[in-house]
Amino acid sequence: MPAPRKPDARAAALFGSTTGGPTGLAARLVEFGEELRGEGLAIGTSELLDAVAALELVPWDQRERFRAALSATLAKTPEDRKTFDLVFDRFFFRAAEQAAVREGVREGGGIDADAAAQLDMEALRALIAEAMAAGDEGTMKDLARLSIAAFGRQGQGSGVVGVDVQRIRRALGLRSEPQLGLPPEDPRRKGVPRESLRAFEAMLRRELERAQIERQQALPPARPLNEIDRALPSGPLQDLAAVHRVVAQLKRRLKTQGQEQRGSQRHAHVDVRRTMRASLQTGGVPVQLKFRPRRPRRPEIYVLCDVSTSVTSASVFFLSVLHALHDSFRRMRSFVFIERISEVTDVFERERDFRAVSEAIGRDAGVADVSGYTDYGRVWNEFRTLVEDDLHPRATVIVLGDARTNGRDPKAEAFARITAKAGRTFWLNPEPKLYWNYGDSVISAYAAHCEAYECWTTQHLEDFVKALTSPSMPPR
Amino acid sequence: MSTVPSSADQVAAGLRGAGYLPAESTALVSYLAVALGKPVLVEGPAGVGKTELAKALARSLDRRLVRLQCYEGLDEAKALYEWNYRKQLLRIQAESDGTGWSDVQDDIFGHEFLLTRPLMEAIASPEPVVLLIDEIDKTDQEFEAMLLELLSDFQISIPELGTITSTTHPIVLLTSNNSRELTEALKRRCLYLWLDYPCLEHELAIVHLHAPDLPETVARKLVQLIATIRELDLKKPPSIAESIDWARALLLLGATDIDADVFASTMSLIVKHRTDLDIVADRVGVKLRAGAGAGVAPEGA
Repeated sequence: MPAPRKPDARAAALFGSTTGGPTGLAARLVEFGEELRGEGLAIGTSELLDAVAALELVPWDQRERFRAALSATLAKTPEDRKTFDLVFDRFFFRAAEQAAVREGVREGGGIDADAAAQLDMEALRALIAEAMAAGDEGTMKDLARLSIAAFGRQGQGSGVVGVDVQRIRRALGLRSEPQLGLPPEDPRRKGVPRESLRAFEAMLRRELERAQIERQQALPPARPLNEIDRALPSGPLQDLAAVHRVVAQLKRRLKTQGQEQRGSQRHAHVDVRRTMRASLQTGGVPVQLKFRPRRPRRPEIYVLCDVSTSVTSASVFFLSVLHALHDSFRRMRSFVFIERISEVTDVFERERDFRAVSEAIGRDAGVADVSGYTDYGRVWNEFRTLVEDDLHPRATVIVLGDARTNGRDPKAEAFARITAKAGRTFWLNPEPKLYWNYGDSVISAYAAHCEAYECWTTQHLEDFVKALTSPSMPPR
Repeated sequence: MSTVPSSADQVAAGLRGAGYLPAESTALVSYLAVALGKPVLVEGPAGVGKTELAKALARSLDRRLVRLQCYEGLDEAKALYEWNYRKQLLRIQAESDGTGWSDVQDDIFGHEFLLTRPLMEAIASPEPVVLLIDEIDKTDQEFEAMLLELLSDFQISIPELGTITSTTHPIVLLTSNNSRELTEALKRRCLYLWLDYPCLEHELAIVHLHAPDLPETVARKLVQLIATIRELDLKKPPSIAESIDWARALLLLGATDIDADVFASTMSLIVKHRTDLDIVADRVGVKLRAGAGAGVAPEGA
């Protein structure tokens, strides 16, 4: 929902009378609101008025209070909070830089190239690792600059900020995993805390952007936040907890979902017995019709999850989705597949730990026979021999996979036979829609027989679960 | 000392005096709520002190706390007001013959026959109060819609009596565990406060406040352990309330250190799911054992 940009004059007119402060700030605030709207937050005029009122009570010289006052009035869900923080940083950083460019202010007291040349890369590495382990932000900021200077001297800069950040990080040998090859006194040996690693990367990014703006004397065009910024964490083990929390939330929403529609949508089925009973009050005349309550659909679910290497990062996410579904739906059977298929329902009922699950799968399942590449055709056939007799129109089949066949025959007709027997079939693809049907992806061959969703953010997942539990078929 | 505080620092000091250690943003939003007279929607995981904040705010401002606990099926009769129909019936029966219906009608729909419920109580109270609407997400959307008039104008319309407007401005806190998406209309009228698990030092201070006799080293180890446990993938991570319970239990047991044995015997205070217990015993208990094994005598002594 890209909102049209409004001229500043309107903003000044809007707030000119209400704010005692300079009109400049009110105008900035409206611009900031516009920016937030552009990222999908619902910011009404009343919210902006609240923000102005709040800022009149808060001293502006404290960044954190300023931010807290704005976020209390503008961002009103945890997700909005996250977006707000990203936009806040970007907006006020850009505003400051814009002013600096206009006034021709240049950063003084920076590190000059000669001083940087004196620095030993190895010494720098140790210093940074130490500062990170100690969590010393000030020192980290200084060292970020030093390392950029030292890195620039090596002449490996690519000119693209994101790439440079990663190259510098690698050149410094900073990793969150333990590095056992290093000497014991090196603070990097035990792995750098993930939080400080992220903070350091953010500092590098900021410094690189600042340098770029100074060099070019102009701001780069504002880039809208991409979905990746808000995407689900996938991959590292700790983030699994975050995914679980999201899914737990989802589960609670699921439970209450059916009731929201109560009252607004009348069900068509008349409950004859209750109507008769109610009619006794009115002397046997059925004045008040009683309807059967709407029950949320609790389907019988079969889940097939791809665990091959091409979906490694997504399968952590998928497996935790499986967990959550197991918690919510009693009648559910899960299967994992690569080249062959294997039922893992028991494993999921027993284990909660992702590592234990993947170990158990690796040990017992025997899903990867020869090449370790997915063979969808074979999987369909094996799935049919396993459960075809159990499939019935109230069953739901969910496939989690990227539909990359590695050049093998997709055998869509076998898949079609499964979908014909099952009531509904969904396909969750961890790839953005943009990449569908590129390379060896054959999702369109399967999508003809099922409902295919892209699923790589919480929002996608939530949309999907809603579709799954909705009592009626979606209009498709 | 029911004075209106004039800065966020004053609110923070007041809350601290009332036995609640607020984070920076908590104090700021509370101050804004008092100064702007807007309701606050407080969200966050269970047990981070959402309800406690309202209580502490009431104590620090020296106001009465009116609490409305929400649940599914809560309706106006239990939240707003109800006509005391028994009394109304008695009144009608006690009436001598000859009194016209209109006289009686004027009479029985008066303040005398009104049973006030929490929301009405907060509005009609002669001295300012703090109104806590707890777990608003448990109610249905219809109830939320009913709250809108109250939250924006601090008034309640009763068909038979007219509109009752508050004479004093209550401070309203709504808490939610986010089990349901609240309506935009409700959010629009509120300031938003997200309470999260506190950082290490902050939690240490909280533990100190509630269990002042616990040795510093034990308290520090306790909050570190809690922080580690929260990072695990649990069904219900331990909250601040659990930290405090644990600290008190350790104090009661006279523990001077949290070693593997103490941890194993008191673990059930902080983790309350069978599967969670297994995970925590597996990850944290073993680590403690390995850490202790180096210096102290082996287990079983």
